[in-house]
Amino acid sequence: MKIAVQEAAFDPGAELNSFSAGHAEMGAIVTFSGLVRGDGGLSAMEIEHYPGMTERAISRIAEEARDRWSLGDVLVIHRYGRLEPGEVIMMVATAAPHRRDAFEAAEYLMDYLKSRAPFWKKEVGPDGQAWVAAKDEDEDALSRW
Amino acid sequence: MDVLYFAWVRERIGIPKESIETSAATVGELVEELKAREDRYEAAFADLSALRVALDQDLADFDAPLAGVREVAFFPPMTGG
Repeated sequence: MKIAVQEAAFDPGAELNSFSAGHAEMGAIVTFSGLVRGDGGLSAMEIEHYPGMTERAISRIAEEARDRWSLGDVLVIHRYGRLEPGEVIMMVATAAPHRRDAFEAAEYLMDYLKSRAPFWKKEVGPDGQAWVAAKDEDEDALSRW
Repeated sequence: MDVLYFAWVRERIGIPKESIETSAATVGELVEELKAREDRYEAAFADLSALRVALDQDLADFDAPLAGVREVAFFPPMTGG
């Protein structure tokens, strides 16, 4: 299991290749990458996090996923700091013997990372800066699990 | 204990972290104590439904006891992913 919380940019393709390489016994790998969406004239996204708690929260979410689905491995990389439109904010990958487990576990990881990992996003745009408000639908998404 | 603030809570209070001597028994009591200090705390803690709290890096409720806690953090709902 790899969990990384980092300021530096990373290459999702290279991460996927090295994640896949060690899992010859797995039949399915699902990945999700979240990017900074440059709509509404957004010029940057500033991401703050809670060092220590972030790693702890992500590890717990990943362990939960491993308990619920038949998974061979989990990868979570999440950046913080200042990111520009088009940059990759984060990536999740799941490896499983079969695709359903890999897909569902990846969705579960994403739903929980959204509202249970201590990150806060601030948008910088033409009208200044504003913290991104949490959405009710993100909280509601957890109830399906 | 150490008290940490993140995102707009940090901005309203003006500092990311401080050390506090308190006899507050619960998070709620600590919040009341902080609010009584200065306007900037009152502004940050005006609406508790817009806030989350973590005790020693685990999410907790505002009525949670503070006994034995070393680190309290206040922040808005998280927006990761």
